[in-house]
Amino acid sequence: MGQFHYQKDAHNIVTVTMDMAGAVNTMNADYLSLMQDTLARLQSEKDIQGVVFASAKKTFFAGGDLKYMSGIEPGQQSEAFEFTESIKAQLRLLEKLPVPVVAAINGAALGGGFELCLACNYRIAAPDALVGLPEVQLGLLPGGGGIVRTVNLLGLQMALPLLLEGKKQVAKKAHEIGLVDALQDDSAASLVEQAKQWILAQGNNPLAGLQPWDRDKRQHGKAHKLPGGDMNQPKNALFIAGVSAKTFQKTRGLLPAPQQIIDMAAEAARLPFDRALTLESRKLAHLITTPQAKNLIQTFFFQMNALKQGASRPNVEPRFSVQKLGIIGAGMMGQGIAFAAAKVGIETVLMDVTLEKAQAGKAYSAAKMHKQTEKGRATQAQTDALLALITPTDNAEDMNGCDMVIEAVFEDKALKHEMTQTIEPQLASDGVWGSNTSTLPIAMLAEASAKPAHFIGIHFFSPADKMPLVEIICGDKTNDVTLAKAFDFVQQLGKTPIVVKDNVGFYTSRTFEAQLTEASQLVAEGVHPVRIDNLGVAIGMPVGPLTMMDEVSLKLLLHIRQTQLDLGLRHADNEPAPQGLQVNDFLYRQHQRGGKQYGGGFYDYGEDGKRIWEGLQAEFYNPDVMISDADIKDRLVFRNVIEALKCYEEGVVSSVADANLGAILGIGAPTWTGGYLQFVNTYGLPQFIERCEQLAERYGPRFKAPEIVYEYAQAEKQFVD
Amino acid sequence: MNSTAYIFDAVRTPRSKGRMKDGTLAEVKPLALGATLLNELHARHAFDTAYVDDVLFGCVTPVGEQGSDVGKAIPMQAGWDESVAGVQLDRFCGSGLEATNMAAQKVMSGWSNLIVAGGVESMSRVPMGSNGGALFFDPEFKFDHLSVPQGIGADLIATIDGYSREDVDAYAVESQRRAAFARDNGYFDRSVVPVKDINGMTILEKDDFIKANTTMDTLAGLKPAFAAMGASGLDDMAITRYPELQRVEHVHTAGNSSGIVDGAAAVLIGNEQAKQDLGLTPRARIIAGAVTANDPVVMLTAPGPAAHKCLNIAGMTPADIDLWEINEAFASVAMRYMRDLNISHEITNVNGGAIAMGHPLGATGAMLVSTMLDELERRDLTRGMVSLCIGGGMGISTIIERV
Repeated sequence: MGQFHYQKDAHNIVTVTMDMAGAVNTMNADYLSLMQDTLARLQSEKDIQGVVFASAKKTFFAGGDLKYMSGIEPGQQSEAFEFTESIKAQLRLLEKLPVPVVAAINGAALGGGFELCLACNYRIAAPDALVGLPEVQLGLLPGGGGIVRTVNLLGLQMALPLLLEGKKQVAKKAHEIGLVDALQDDSAASLVEQAKQWILAQGNNPLAGLQPWDRDKRQHGKAHKLPGGDMNQPKNALFIAGVSAKTFQKTRGLLPAPQQIIDMAAEAARLPFDRALTLESRKLAHLITTPQAKNLIQTFFFQMNALKQGASRPNVEPRFSVQKLGIIGAGMMGQGIAFAAAKVGIETVLMDVTLEKAQAGKAYSAAKMHKQTEKGRATQAQTDALLALITPTDNAEDMNGCDMVIEAVFEDKALKHEMTQTIEPQLASDGVWGSNTSTLPIAMLAEASAKPAHFIGIHFFSPADKMPLVEIICGDKTNDVTLAKAFDFVQQLGKTPIVVKDNVGFYTSRTFEAQLTEASQLVAEGVHPVRIDNLGVAIGMPVGPLTMMDEVSLKLLLHIRQTQLDLGLRHADNEPAPQGLQVNDFLYRQHQRGGKQYGGGFYDYGEDGKRIWEGLQAEFYNPDVMISDADIKDRLVFRNVIEALKCYEEGVVSSVADANLGAILGIGAPTWTGGYLQFVNTYGLPQFIERCEQLAERYGPRFKAPEIVYEYAQAEKQFVD
Repeated sequence: MNSTAYIFDAVRTPRSKGRMKDGTLAEVKPLALGATLLNELHARHAFDTAYVDDVLFGCVTPVGEQGSDVGKAIPMQAGWDESVAGVQLDRFCGSGLEATNMAAQKVMSGWSNLIVAGGVESMSRVPMGSNGGALFFDPEFKFDHLSVPQGIGADLIATIDGYSREDVDAYAVESQRRAAFARDNGYFDRSVVPVKDINGMTILEKDDFIKANTTMDTLAGLKPAFAAMGASGLDDMAITRYPELQRVEHVHTAGNSSGIVDGAAAVLIGNEQAKQDLGLTPRARIIAGAVTANDPVVMLTAPGPAAHKCLNIAGMTPADIDLWEINEAFASVAMRYMRDLNISHEITNVNGGAIAMGHPLGATGAMLVSTMLDELERRDLTRGMVSLCIGGGMGISTIIERV
């Protein structure tokens, strides 16, 4: 279990150095017993001047024990409640010690780790310390007193936005906000020394060891007053009403954690301190058992960590780092990739058919950086340095010696083949050729390559500098070293790589398309198009599916489909939702409505926003059609989920983490699902099968649950790696 | 067929000290208290909530989180059908019984078939007096009407009637004894619905305000609660109204006055139509209700007149009533009531009252209905009268009869 080293110095200051077993300090059962012993010893001390809490690890304290928490099932809330209450009772004892307690925050102090700091009287942070309460991102709330103490420390209106965002703050910013009291001073010998100096400087000031919220009028002359006032202040009531609406706009009411955080912050500004602490434990115990929290923890914590550590990367050493990157095609995709690469310091050659086009591509980075400097987020020197990394050219020879080339020309087999044949010779001998495609089979594209083992698909999402996901596709001849290099390159860009098989539509496009076509199918069945779009938003999609098709462009979607038909990769008589495709044909083929950038698609786009095109309503809308909101919502979600399950079943994705994170980061799967495979776990496999059967009976066989779900249900397995 | 107002059920929350620091229910929102009861009624009787016409909820401090019509917010919070209307009403301490009477009138007229009547008051979260009011705070009005607070009125009754400090303390000790005995023997179990948290973990199961070991000695140590207030000019106002008195005897203390608590109550009231449509079994019917008022200075002596009025309406005499409940706002109020009606303490507040269990202003009237109903059933008696004193000199009464 490790230990909390206890050391009393000549000034009678006790330094508690937390050194738990493992890489980090964590709030688990061991912590409880170590803290208990430490507190008992501190309470028995006479004549101590103060206490410093420090860490023997690189980080200060990692936070809650997510493994333990995610194992708590509905019905076990009282266990979680008791555990949380025990942790809080200790922190309460700590802050009630009559002497000042200082947190010497040497590195990351997040979640429970920062809640420990908040129970100290004073917080000093090293420059690279990272503090914050990110619980909301995992569907939880800071239940170790984090809400109650930040509200009491900063006031409701300052604290609540921090709690809702859950952002990790660097020390300097945290100091500005008031989350830490001081930054490490260069003149101090060490963080712990500085903490001790502060304690000594307090002399016998009785307030130094007293938390502001424990000030009592009778004892200390002045009672604690919440900064900004309590909930009886009309401005706070209005603030809460406003934050609630704003938060709904983001969560659609699909995430319980932000809702409970707002409620808890308001209660913290109403209830006495200790009552509020108890309520906070109740709310944490509740959230822990929600499917949303389980989904978020599973996917964003466990699976994201596994993915980052390279679970899908072949075990090839050493790790690779691109020195010189070539990009062919300076269109929307190429220019975004160039900016993404330059941002992480990669020398980049951006090529197009004319120098003007290439320069226009580079201008994208210039414009982006210009905005950053205007907002004070970058200096002119940084901008100059970044832009100097991008060389626009129309000359293939400038690509010479690139150790990675991304070909990002239009989705056309012949054109892509031509690029490969003419430019591949410029690639360094062990360089990687990456083709950016969302549609064309890599094996087919690699036919033009002299080194198909070095040829790989690298599918960026648009805008490439912003979107966090990259889909890596191996052709039949791609070797492990090439895959490892592509994986490392994506991570070098600070993005998340998933690895998929060379099947039609790979993973993301195929899954993405399923919902879109289903939305068109609903239009064909007579459902009002606005209702379809709004219900798409209501399930947590960033925009409704019809709006999405307009934005991606119907023209592109039809082009992709046509290409796949032409190549014999899909067959017109084997479409799951053919009527939906006819709606798309009606719009584009009959009425030349190619999408937003072509002047309109499902919608007309005017200066006062978008309105459904009347021609669409006239053709398809049937007010007599009765399909419930619940069925429409599930049809949209389930089509995605079923397609994702099929991809997993067919081995298109071989890891659950890749499937889940690919869906969320690449194609806007709602975060509450935890990704389309994780969704099935918390929905319950038998319940999922039952609902699929119901939908299949009502709406068609495309809703039948894939065989793998029956198998897993039978074996009582879940979709995990 | 709709001339009868049935009580199908009556429930309440337990009561707990109405103080933020240590009141058990202070962490529970008033909406949650109310919704707990609506959910319980629904769980017990499994009716389609869309059948409910209205929710009438008393609440005396309708500001802050008790503001903006809690009568509607509560059925929404409980997840009831959107067609269920709701209204918050305020007849001060009589609100919960007023809601009951109004519900009876509505279902008897046939304008409504099924109603939830009740009340809620979180005195911890929304302190008494937060809503101001001309009755107590308008200077012009105060001078013209000699408006004094209830405590002064209670002491005035004791002075006029000659109740000594020992008399009122003895009454309080008995109230505590009866309440503790009733609670500990499960007499309240049919009505009292435990309040639970978001996880279904129990926050409060039974009344925890009762001080079972109260004795004359413990009460004797308490200071008169309204002496200083009276000395500040209010006694002078009272004596101006009652010139025959030499002074106001301040006998009421925190120990012989009703407690400040949090709580809620709900009564399911419907007519024959509702009974048939939903197949509900009535436990009792509401025979008559009445309100009246007398001198607003002494303020708290109208329950007796209200009870008489109610008996007249019903064509009955006190002898027709088996059990009596008078809200123990103050000991002197209950004592005056028994004197006015010439009834014995043996059949009045047989399970104690608000001195022991507390008085959540807007809810108490409806709570007394459940207390009365449970006890009539337990003793297998027929008829009970419920009365409360009310600010402004009002009184309210209701007679219920088992069916």
